[in-house]
Amino acid sequence: MGIAIVLVLVVIGSVAFHFLSPWWWTPIASNWRYIDDTIIVTFWITGVVFAAVVLFMAYCVLRFRHREGNRATYEPENKRLEWWLAIGTGIGVAAMLAPGLVVWKQFVTVPGDAATVEIVGQQWQWSYRLPGADGRLGATDAAHVTPENPLGLAPNDPYGQDDVIIQGDQLHLPLGKPVKLLLRSLDVLHNFYVPEFRAKMDMIPGVVTYYWLTPTRTGTFEALCAELCSTGHAFMRGGVVVEPGSNYQAWLQQQKTFAQLQAPSRAQARN
Amino acid sequence: MADVAHGAAGPAPVAEHDDVELYHPKSWVTKYVFSQDAKVIAIQYSLTALAIGLVALALSWLMRMQLAFPGLLSFIDAERYYQLITMHGMIMVIYLLTALFLGGFGNYLIPLMLGARDMVFPYVNMLSFWIYFLAVMVLVAGFFVPGGPTGAGWTLYPPQAILASTPGQQWGIVIMLASLMLFIIGFTMGGLNYVVTVLQGRCRGMTLMRMPLTIWGIFTATVMALLAFPALFVGAVMMTLDRLIGTSFFMPSIIAMGERLAYRGGSPILFQHLFWFFGHPEVYIVALPAFGIVSDLISTHARKNIFGYRMMVWALVAIGALSFVVWAHHMYVSGMHPAFGFFFATTTLIIAIPTAIKVYNWILTLWRGDIHLTPPMLFALGFIVTFVNGGLTGLFLGNVVVDVPLSDTMFVVAHFHMVMGVAPILVVFGAIYHWYPKITGRMLNTALGKLHFWITFLGAYAIFFPMHYIGLMGVPRRYYEMGAMSFVPPSTVDLNIFITVVALIVGAAQLVFLFNLFWSLRRGESSGGNPWRATTLEWQTPQTPPAHGNWGKELPVVYRWAYDYSVPGAAQDFLPQNQPPEPGVTEGARP
Repeated sequence: MGIAIVLVLVVIGSVAFHFLSPWWWTPIASNWRYIDDTIIVTFWITGVVFAAVVLFMAYCVLRFRHREGNRATYEPENKRLEWWLAIGTGIGVAAMLAPGLVVWKQFVTVPGDAATVEIVGQQWQWSYRLPGADGRLGATDAAHVTPENPLGLAPNDPYGQDDVIIQGDQLHLPLGKPVKLLLRSLDVLHNFYVPEFRAKMDMIPGVVTYYWLTPTRTGTFEALCAELCSTGHAFMRGGVVVEPGSNYQAWLQQQKTFAQLQAPSRAQARN
Repeated sequence: MADVAHGAAGPAPVAEHDDVELYHPKSWVTKYVFSQDAKVIAIQYSLTALAIGLVALALSWLMRMQLAFPGLLSFIDAERYYQLITMHGMIMVIYLLTALFLGGFGNYLIPLMLGARDMVFPYVNMLSFWIYFLAVMVLVAGFFVPGGPTGAGWTLYPPQAILASTPGQQWGIVIMLASLMLFIIGFTMGGLNYVVTVLQGRCRGMTLMRMPLTIWGIFTATVMALLAFPALFVGAVMMTLDRLIGTSFFMPSIIAMGERLAYRGGSPILFQHLFWFFGHPEVYIVALPAFGIVSDLISTHARKNIFGYRMMVWALVAIGALSFVVWAHHMYVSGMHPAFGFFFATTTLIIAIPTAIKVYNWILTLWRGDIHLTPPMLFALGFIVTFVNGGLTGLFLGNVVVDVPLSDTMFVVAHFHMVMGVAPILVVFGAIYHWYPKITGRMLNTALGKLHFWITFLGAYAIFFPMHYIGLMGVPRRYYEMGAMSFVPPSTVDLNIFITVVALIVGAAQLVFLFNLFWSLRRGESSGGNPWRATTLEWQTPQTPPAHGNWGKELPVVYRWAYDYSVPGAAQDFLPQNQPPEPGVTEGARP
């Protein structure tokens, strides 16, 4: 008896918590509203199933609990019922999977006009690189990393000379422009995660990974590392500023290129 | 259709062979220490697993203290915290759950439920336990070596796992890998034993389709483990080589703290594939025995045959097979080729169908049953709630694009604790309340059992249900402290404190269980041989606890499936598997 009531309360409590608690996702700031929509669809389907199963159990416990003289029925199988349940489940699963795969297709298909930004992770900070006037990022290799060249750009690659390097500062992105984030790590796994963007991907040393998004809301957003990278993991924070194109251009003008940053050390080398 | 229940009348013929004389213990040491009796080995496995599990419980308390009250326990710094999470995870998944379900319940129940005298290779069985014991000792040694145990996270992802900035890099990681290799060696000995015993050691009449679902669950899980653990083994060997002699299996060129290391050209993601090729089946290696056991608990305590037995068997086998083609759903945001997402999301969601069938059949077994709300039944009901909850959140994480925002957040932590932590452990408890009378001859105290159930079930739900929402907000997992997060309301701190307080209470409630275990050993009500009036063979032994060799002079002969409860026309509401067909009893749909 008690357990039947508790099972009902578990369902009511869970649903109430879902709708009434203050803990819910942060307002979205990217084009990935589809992901949120898919989560909502999934919440509805799974929520209904959860409530149905637990309430059914509660009913069974109430109705069929042992009393003197009771005897269970004997019914080994019911093929028709079993198949209907399996088919119904299949339909529910398909209703979640199909939109999921459609959105995943969008997620992995970068639009042709997306700008490129490189994000480099190392214990425990983020650096950023923009392609500069030529629109191309120069080559990199871990072998080139030095204190003066912390991101390991190939010193003689002409494409790299005008690359804009941002260290110890926030990344700025123009509002409404699709951007492909190229992800690179120098040491261990990291993961560049801005909760408002809903997207994330690991960075792996030796490999360049990516994801893309279109910022849809101005503001400053916190970036966190989402892949365990040893003791500083929880403190590996960064920021992304989304601003209108004109502000973005003004910010971009103030940043230094690879060549400018190298100038002092090259001058030194010449002397 | 109901030939599932009985098949042709009478025992199925089996190949006859002579009984081989068992090795009988000649001294205290060979009886209780280096024992070859599967029942003793089972208890050795179980006690070792429960003991190391208590260590893992204490570790989780420390972690929760840090998350709710950062800095209160000053000895928990970031290094220590990551050591705690690593050891907690590894112990719970491998050294507790895998060992307890297969080494513990497997050893006890396989010979007894199948009408065998013992495992087919008793000596290897003994070795299996002692190597497991050694693996646990090596693991524990990690706490005492310089630098402490590894803090690489239980997934041990390279390059981080073997780099100097990670706690336990000197000794801890090597110890961990060595312990894992030992565990796998020990398990392989036991696992081959379980498989061969199930295939070769059944008594007359015990066809595969008459086996209790407990055995089907353990058998399928063992086959899976034998196929999955080698992937972890080679991963561990390769990582050990990377760490000790500087090979580069998993290590690309790395600039660590401004210095370029000697590694070249390895692939960190290769390790992830090896790890999860083991790691995903591992989830089901824990889950399938729980599925099997809970089926028998529900059937016995609802006095009703398990609904859809054949579908249940095929669902187990289908889940086992499918679980080998879903591993990369742990890697959707790992940076592997994005096209894999389509394949693995599809296979992962397909696995939901046989899993759902199992849930339906459990609750349909309750339907029109005669439900006795004993502690085993309560724990079984608790299992269904938590398993359904955790299974459904798996549909979020398995659906590749939904996983993108949720991956690596507290949502994942909440999900897997609900589905492979809380749910199987509730089954473990239910199973202990159920089989303790057979093991000791005495009942566990019911009032204490119910108290234990209520605190554990409601507490565990209250811990992990709200935790999903912390992850939904975007709080990453494996954070030593949350710190300031602009997207998180301040009340989240209160939620964290609530979770920690409940976790402390639930942990403490396990003392009630431990007390019950010891107290009932002497003071418990005497149980007799078959207190639950169950059909399966382990309840039909001539002695309780069963003597060495289990069956006295004659092996049992099986005439029916394991679920003849409340058969119309039968005098009692259960017919043991070894009871010959009676004239005049309808025997369900077919004699």
